Order: sequence, then C-alpha cells, then structure tokens
Amino acid sequence: MSRYDRQIKLKEVGPEGQEKLRNAKVLIVGVGGLGCPAAMYLVGAGVGKIGLMDHDKVDISNLHRQVLFQESDVGKPKALVAKEHLEKQNSEVQFESYEEPLTSDNAQKIISQYDVILDGTDNFETKYLINDACLLADKPWVFASIYKNEGQLSVFNYKDGPTYRCVFPKSTRQNISCEATGVLGVLPGILGTLQAAEVLKIILGVGEVLSGKIKLINMMRASEQTIKINKRPEEIEKIRKEGISPVYIDCDLKYAEHWYLDVREVFEQPKPKGKKVLSIPLNDLTSRYQEIPNNQEVFVFCQSGKRSKNAIEILKNEFGFHNLKNVEGGIETIIDG
Amino acid sequence: MKVTVKYFGLVAEAADKSEEVMELKGQLTASDLKAQCLNGLSIADKDSVQIAVNQNLDDKINLKDGDEVALLPPFAGG
Repeated sequence: MSRYDRQIKLKEVGPEGQEKLRNAKVLIVGVGGLGCPAAMYLVGAGVGKIGLMDHDKVDISNLHRQVLFQESDVGKPKALVAKEHLEKQNSEVQFESYEEPLTSDNAQKIISQYDVILDGTDNFETKYLINDACLLADKPWVFASIYKNEGQLSVFNYKDGPTYRCVFPKSTRQNISCEATGVLGVLPGILGTLQAAEVLKIILGVGEVLSGKIKLINMMRASEQTIKINKRPEEIEKIRKEGISPVYIDCDLKYAEHWYLDVREVFEQPKPKGKKVLSIPLNDLTSRYQEIPNNQEVFVFCQSGKRSKNAIEILKNEFGFHNLKNVEGGIETIIDG
Repeated sequence: MKVTVKYFGLVAEAADKSEEVMELKGQLTASDLKAQCLNGLSIADKDSVQIAVNQNLDDKINLKDGDEVALLPPFAGG
C-alpha cells in the first residue's frame, strides 16, 4: 500500500494530485519556528523537491519551537541538519540545502528554480526581498509572521493577486524577533502548519487559497479575523520597473563621536551610517582585529547584545583589548531617532 | 457616531487594550482615526501601521456609525 494512501483517498488529492505533489518544488526560506513544522508536513505529503535555506546554526534556545532539531544538533547549520532529519522522514523526497542567506544577488536565481516559496524568515528585509523576487519570477509565496501571541498569514503573488507591498508598502526597521519578545513554541507551529496547508492547496489546485486576504490569529484569545487586501498596482509596477535593489535600511547612531564595532553579518539590518562605525562580523574578528582602535573606548554591538558580548571576550582574551564596551540591548538601543 | 477599534500586535501592547468603542464627532477618514488612536502611543514607526475598515484595508474611506476598524502593524517574527 502506498505511504500516501490516506491522502490519496481524499477527492481533493487522488492519484493525480499525488503526482502533482511529486512533481512540485518548494523552497523554504528560514528553517526556524515556521519552517520546521512546514517542512515536516510537506515532506510527509510527498512534495518532490524541497529547498531548505538558512544561514543560521541551531541554538539550544531554538529547540522549544523549532521541532526538527535535537539537542545533539546544537551548533550545527540548520539547513544541513534539517536536510539530514527530513531525509530519514521520507527518502523519496529530493532535498537541496542552502547554508546562506537570501540576498539581492542570489534571490532570483534560486527562487526561479521552485514552484512555491514558503517564508519562514524573521525579518522584514528578507520578506520584502522574497516578495520582490517572487513578483519578478512570477512565483506565489506563502507568508507568515508572528509577534508574541499573534500571527499573520497570507498568500502573495498568487495568480496575479496582491503582494506583501500591497499590505505594507513601506519597509520598516522595526524588526522584533522572537528572541526579543518571547514566544510559545506552538504559535509558529500553528502558523507554519497553516503555511504548509496553503502550499499543498496551491500545488493541488484545490480549495480556496488565502490570496487577497490576510488572516490574523491570536492564539491566547483563540480568535481570528480575515482582512481583505486590495492590490496597489503602483507598488507592483515599481518593482517590475526597477527590479530588486539591495535593501539597505539606514540609521544613525546616538553619540556619533564614539567608535562603534558592528559584529553582525554584513547583510543584517539596519546599517548604521558614520565614519566611526566598523563592520567586522564575529567570525572575521581573529583575522581583522588590527582594524579596531585599541587606545580609545569602542562600543561593540550586534542585534541583541549576545554576539557582541562573545566578541568582547574573544578580543580581550586573545588579543588584549581592554577598551571595549558591550551595547547590552543590541543596536535598537543606540539608534538615534 | 460609534466605531469599534481593534488593536493588534505592538499597537495593542502600546495602547494596553485589544479593543475599544469610540464615540466620534464630525466627519473622519480612517487615516484620521488612525492618527488619533496612535497619538501619544510609543510606536517607533507609525507609518507602517495599516488600517482596515469592516475587514477591508483602506485608509481613505469616510467612517460611519457602527464601523469596525482594525489597526495592523507588520510582524517580523518567525
């Protein structure tokens, strides 16, 4: 008996639907709280090819919601570990792992190789990038985002439908991560599973796809609401005309007279302006520490204050720096305005 | 006229409520009401907050008695 027998029995699937799933390619951008459950259900359903993209490594604090990962995975690349676990779940599925971030350079090339894109990202820059690349490549994408106990869900660019920019035209730098706000693991579990359901409906061509609408879910209040989205043709035209441009979200830092060291990866946003802001990612410190002034106070920051603390320890213990101060709450606490 | 305003995400948090009924005087558009509701709240990027009237995203519409308005900030978490 086929492993897919129970879903093939549904009139919405049947043998033809199963064949559609087998021929489908889905890219999951961000294998975290949303991406993990979504991947497991899509792999279970027998989607032919799954791309897993994440530049991050598994952290112990991920395990309460990123249900693909185990304690022994801590410190390993998410995309690779996810691939290994999912291969055991279903050997009929073909996987491709990308241990890199989605950027304005690689987005169109990678996205054009898939049929549907599932957004499991945790920042606005990548959401706008997915949106614009999908618009240009004419691919539907399934969006979800969470904030504390609430979630948003929609399908964008589906059959010429509205895009993310039709809801939120302007990019914002108010990135607020689960790390900063806290989240119960089940919430991204619910949203990621709903995303997988939308992907399956799109591939099968059945039911009603959540396009032209955004669903708002409040897990604590057990309530939900659906809001209709209208197309903003001027936003869509603008991207069609101008293409993808790297999203650099500028900001100014308070106390411009100080030296700053940004130990985040180069693609992380927002990007502070200023001549006294050095950008050296944590992993490059041992090869580039000479660039850091050692005779005056330097404020070291990252997104949350965690990596910058590690950076200071490395610079102090290995290279004798004693002039470094950690920006405890991360970049948001030193942005001016 | 009376309208019901629903708050979401960090707007609900900043306003410290998820819903309220407001008594409004005169003619107001959805975006006038948004400005009024967000006024004084500590939200860094008020432009990013979208407004829906009777489950339709629209900031230009004139409000009428009994409308249900929702204020939606973008979420980034995943």
